[in-house]
Amino acid sequence: MAVSSPPPTTSDPNTAVPNAIAPKPVGRKKKVRWQRVVLHVFLTLTALVWLVPIVGAVFSSFRPFAETVRDGYLSVPDTLTLDNYRNAWEQGDILHKYWNTLLILAPALVLTLFFSSMVAFAASRYSWRFNVGFLVLFTAGNLLPQQIIIQPLFQMYNRIPLPELLSNSGKLNGSTWGLILIHVAFQSGFCTFVLSNYMKLLSPELNEAAMVDGAGVWTIYWRVIMPLTRPALAALATLEFTWIYNDFFWAVVLEQQGADRPITSSLANLGGEFFTDDNLIAAASVYVAIPTIAVYFALQKHFIAGLSLGGSKG
Amino acid sequence: MSDLSLPQSPSPSKVGFALPRRSMIKGAAGVASLAAFPALLAACGSDSDGAVADGGTDTTTAGAGGFELGAGSGDLSIGSNYSNDQVKDALAATIAALPNKDIVPAVNTTDHNTYQENISTYLQNPDDVLPWFAGFRMQFFAAQGLVGDISDVWAAGLDNELSSGFKTASTGLDGKQYFVPFNYYAWGVYYRKSLFEENGWTPPTNMEELTTLATEMQAAGLTPFAFANSGNWPAMGTFDQLNVRINGYQFHVDLMAGRESWTDDRVKEVFATWETLLPFHSENPNGREWEEAAAAIVNKEAGMMTIGTFIGSQFPEGELDDLDFFPFPEINPDYGTEVVEAPIDGFMMAASPKNEQAAKELLYFIGTGAGQDAYLAVDPSVVAPAESVDSSVWSDLQNKVFDTVQNAKFVTQFLDRDTSPEFASNVAGPRIADFLADPSQIDSILEDMQAQAGVMLGDG
Amino acid sequence: MTTTSPSAASAPIEAAAPAPAEPAKRRRKKSSNFSGRDRTVFFLMVAVPTFFHVMLVWVPTLASIFFSFTDWNGFRLSDINLVGLTNYRQIFGAFSRDFYQALLNNAVLLVFLFLGPTVFGMFLAYLLDKNLKGSRVYQSVFYMPVVLSLAVVGFMWQSVIYSTENGLATQLFGSGNSGINWLGNQDYLISFSQNLGVSKNFIAILVAIAWRHAGYIMVLYLAGMKSVDMSLRESSALDGCNEWQAFRHVIFPTLKPINVVVAVITVIEALRAFDIIYVLNTPGRTQVLSILTTNNLLGEGGGNVGRGSAYAVILFALCLGFVIWYVTNHYKESEA
Repeated sequence: MAVSSPPPTTSDPNTAVPNAIAPKPVGRKKKVRWQRVVLHVFLTLTALVWLVPIVGAVFSSFRPFAETVRDGYLSVPDTLTLDNYRNAWEQGDILHKYWNTLLILAPALVLTLFFSSMVAFAASRYSWRFNVGFLVLFTAGNLLPQQIIIQPLFQMYNRIPLPELLSNSGKLNGSTWGLILIHVAFQSGFCTFVLSNYMKLLSPELNEAAMVDGAGVWTIYWRVIMPLTRPALAALATLEFTWIYNDFFWAVVLEQQGADRPITSSLANLGGEFFTDDNLIAAASVYVAIPTIAVYFALQKHFIAGLSLGGSKG
Repeated sequence: MSDLSLPQSPSPSKVGFALPRRSMIKGAAGVASLAAFPALLAACGSDSDGAVADGGTDTTTAGAGGFELGAGSGDLSIGSNYSNDQVKDALAATIAALPNKDIVPAVNTTDHNTYQENISTYLQNPDDVLPWFAGFRMQFFAAQGLVGDISDVWAAGLDNELSSGFKTASTGLDGKQYFVPFNYYAWGVYYRKSLFEENGWTPPTNMEELTTLATEMQAAGLTPFAFANSGNWPAMGTFDQLNVRINGYQFHVDLMAGRESWTDDRVKEVFATWETLLPFHSENPNGREWEEAAAAIVNKEAGMMTIGTFIGSQFPEGELDDLDFFPFPEINPDYGTEVVEAPIDGFMMAASPKNEQAAKELLYFIGTGAGQDAYLAVDPSVVAPAESVDSSVWSDLQNKVFDTVQNAKFVTQFLDRDTSPEFASNVAGPRIADFLADPSQIDSILEDMQAQAGVMLGDG
Repeated sequence: MTTTSPSAASAPIEAAAPAPAEPAKRRRKKSSNFSGRDRTVFFLMVAVPTFFHVMLVWVPTLASIFFSFTDWNGFRLSDINLVGLTNYRQIFGAFSRDFYQALLNNAVLLVFLFLGPTVFGMFLAYLLDKNLKGSRVYQSVFYMPVVLSLAVVGFMWQSVIYSTENGLATQLFGSGNSGINWLGNQDYLISFSQNLGVSKNFIAILVAIAWRHAGYIMVLYLAGMKSVDMSLRESSALDGCNEWQAFRHVIFPTLKPINVVVAVITVIEALRAFDIIYVLNTPGRTQVLSILTTNNLLGEGGGNVGRGSAYAVILFALCLGFVIWYVTNHYKESEA
C-alpha cells in the first residue's frame, strides 16, 4: 500500500515560486525596481482605502455612542472605552452564540466535505452512466437562489417530527439538525464541483495500483484519494467556514428560538424597535468577525493553493 | 380572486375604537391599585379563594381551555421582541413579578424587526405566549387559527381591568378575545418645552398657527420639523396625522381597508397639504435614521418632530422633563383633533400551547395593573392601559399621553397596523418615500398605490 | 512524481499540458466491474449525499414552482387553490413598477460587477501574483471584506460610512452642515422613464458591493494564475513583450477556465444579490429581485406564498439560463 501514504505537500506556492523565476535580465533591473516602488505605493494606497470601513467600525467600537453622534465618526476621541465590548458581550450573550454557531458549523462543515468528496470521488474517478449527470445536478443546485428553496423547506421541516431529545421544538424545524442539513445539502453542490475538478487531476494509475493491492472502493477513497485531496479540502474548509458561519438567511427562518440562533443574528438583537446604539453594534461586529478572520489567517497558506476551481478541462 | 386572504372589510369598530374615560379619577386609581389585584383574583377564582392562595390545589379544570388562576405550574415559553437593553429588562421585571412561582418562565428574545419579518413562519412553531399588535394584524392571525382564544382570561377579570375600547382592540372577527393589551404610546408633535419658552412660542392649534410658528422657527435659524424616513415608517406616521385631520376617522379606516381609493381627491389633498409643509421639514428625509432627526430636537437645532413618545429614548438623562407634545393641529374643523394615533402592543397565546394554564395565567397578569406597573417601573417611555395601574408615579409626559388618548373620540393604531401589513411595507412605505423624493410625481404614485391596493386589499 | 502529487499540481489547471486529459479518461475505471460489496459501497457513497441534496434543494425548488401557480398563504395545506398564471400576471401588471425597477437594478449590478470589481479584482491578482514582498498582507486586506458577515458589512457601510450627518463619507466629501443623504437619495442618476432608472443611492450601494466582490474575484484569479507556468511569463518578458502584451497574449488566454468560473460566479452573485441591500434596509429604488421575493414570501403579511414563489421562480428562471450555459460549457468535454 505504498501509494496510500500521501506525498509530502510542502510546496507552498509562495515559497516555491521564487525558485521558478528565471534570473531577471540585467539591463532591466533599474526599471524593474522603479516599477516595484510604484506598485507598492499603489497597492498600499488601495489597501488603506479598503481598510477604511473596517478601521472605522473598530475605532467607533471603542467610543461612546453619544460622542460619535455629537462629533461624527471622523473626530478625535475624548473617551476611549471598552464599555461597548463589555456590554455587547453580556447583552448579546456572545459566548452562548459562539457555541450555537459551533454546534451548527462543525458538523455541517465536516458532513459537507465528507458528502461532497464521496460524490466527487465517484463521479470523477470512475466512469459510469450518469456520473456527469450527477455533477451537473450538484453544480446547478448550488447556483439556485435560496429564496426558491426556503418556503417549501420550512413547510417540510415543520412537518417532520424529531424526538424532544434532539430538538427543543419536537420538529426538524427549530432544531440544530435542520440547519445543519440544509447547509450540507446546499453547500455540497459547490464542494462537489471543486473536489471533482481536483480529483480528476490525480493520476488514474492510483486507482489501479490500489486495486492491484486488493483495495476496495472505500479504501481507495479514504486511504488513497482523500489524503491527496487535502489541499483542496483545506481551501474548501476555509471558504465553507466563512459561508456557513456568515449565513443568517436559513437561521432566521428555520430557527424560531432567538437563544438558539447562531452569532450572526445576535447583531440584530442588540438593536431595538426604535433605538439602536451603533457603537455597541460595532463592538459586537468585531466579536462576530474575529473567528472568520482568524480562520482565514490560519489557513491562508493553503487557501489559494487548494482552490482548484479552474481545473475543469479534463 | 382569493377567498382566503385577508379579512377584507373589518367594520370600523374593529379597526379603530374609542377608549371611554376611566370612571375613577387617577389619584384614586393609584391608591386603589394595591388593593385591586387581590380583589380581582377573588373575582375570577371561579369558586374559591383557596385556589388562588394555595397556588393550584383545586384542579377542577373544566376541560380544554379551562382556566383557573393559580393553577398553573411548570415550564412556560414566552416569545419576546423586547430586544434591546431597557425594554428587555422591563419585560423580565414583569415576568418576574408573576405571583405564581410554580410557573417557570423562559423568554425567547428576537429583535423587533426580525420578529415581525418572520411572524408568519414563527406562528407555525411559536412560544406559548407571544407579543403582537392590537387590531387588524391580530385579527388576521386569529382568523387563520394561528393564535388561541383567551376569552376566558378576559372573563376572569380583565373585563374589569381594561376598558371596552381595549377589549374591542383585542377581539377577533369572531367576537372572541385573542389579545391582552400591555402598553401603548401616542403619536403627536414632540418638542422641547424650554425651546418654546425661550422664544415665547406656544403649541399651535390650527394650520395657520402652525405655519406662523414654523416660519418664526425658520427665521430663528431652526428647522421647524425634524424629519427622517429610514425604514419608511416615520412618513407613514405623518401621513396618518394629516389624513385623519383632513378627512377624519372614517375615511382613514375605509382607505386602509381598501374601501376608498388612493386616487380619491381627498387623498390628493393630504399630499397637497403635505407638500406645502415640506419646506418646513428637514431636507432629504429618505434614508436618514430617525435618531439623527431626534438628535436635532435634543440639540435644539430643530423645533418639533411628528413622532411617537419613544423619542424620549434619545433625550439625555435628566432632560426628559423638558420633552412635551401637542396633538397635530386641526386642519378640517369638522374633525378637529378627535383622532389620536396610539399603537397598542400586547401579547397573544399560541393556538395550541404546551402549557395553556400557565400561558393564560401570565396573560392575565400582563393585563393587570400589577403586571404593567412592573414594566413601567423599568421602561417609563410608554403608558399602560389597566385601570388599576399606578399612575401616580408617572411623569407629566406619560400622564399627558394617557389623557390625550382617554379624551380622544377615536384611536387609530398606525398605518401598518390598520391595513394589510404587506400593503403597508411593500407599497405604502416605498411610494410615500417616492413622494418625498419628488412630490410632483404624486399622481402616478397614487395610481400605482391604488393598482396594488386593488390586488392586496381586494376590491378598491 | 509530478503527475501523482497534487502538491506539484498545486497548479491544477494544467494549462501548459492539456494532453494528459485523454489517456486519463481512457484509463478511468469502469464502475461496472465491481464486486458486490464495492457495488453497495459505491451506491451508498453516491446515494446518501444525493438524497439529501435532492430532498432539501431540488424538491423544494419544484414545490416552489408549483406554489407559484397557487394563492396559498403558507398556513394550512388545505387552503391551497390553483389560480393559474394570476400571480405572474399581477407581477407584470399591478406590481410592474417595482418589478421592472428590480430587474433593471439586477442588470445594472451585473454590468457593474463585470466592469468594476471583477476587472479590478483580476488586476489586483495580476499585481499580487508577481511574487511581491508583502503580497500576502495585501491579499489579506483585500480579502477581508469577503470573510466578514454581511450583517457586519451592512452595518459598517450604513453607520460608519454612509450615515447622513456623521458618516465618514459625509465628513470627507460633505460641505456645510446639511449632511449628504447617501442611502436615501433616490433621485435617478440615469433615468429611462419617470419610474425607471438607476438611482443615486443604488450607486452608493454598488460601491459597498464592489468593496466586497473585488477581493473574492482576486482570490479566484490568484488561484488560477498560480497555475500559469512561470516560465511562460518570463519568456514573454524576454521576448520583449510589454506588461500589457504579456498579460493579454500570454497570461489571459491560459485563464480561460477561471474566466468561465468567474463569469458564472459574477452573474449568479448579481442575480442572487440580497444581503447587503437587505441589511441596508432596502432604501427606495434599490430593490432587487431577491428582495421582492423575500418580502413577498416571508414578510409579515402571510397570504403571499403564491406570489412570493412566483417572484422566486422568475429569479430561478434567470439563474437557470446561466446555469445551463455554464454546465454545458463545463461538462461538454467530459461528456464527449
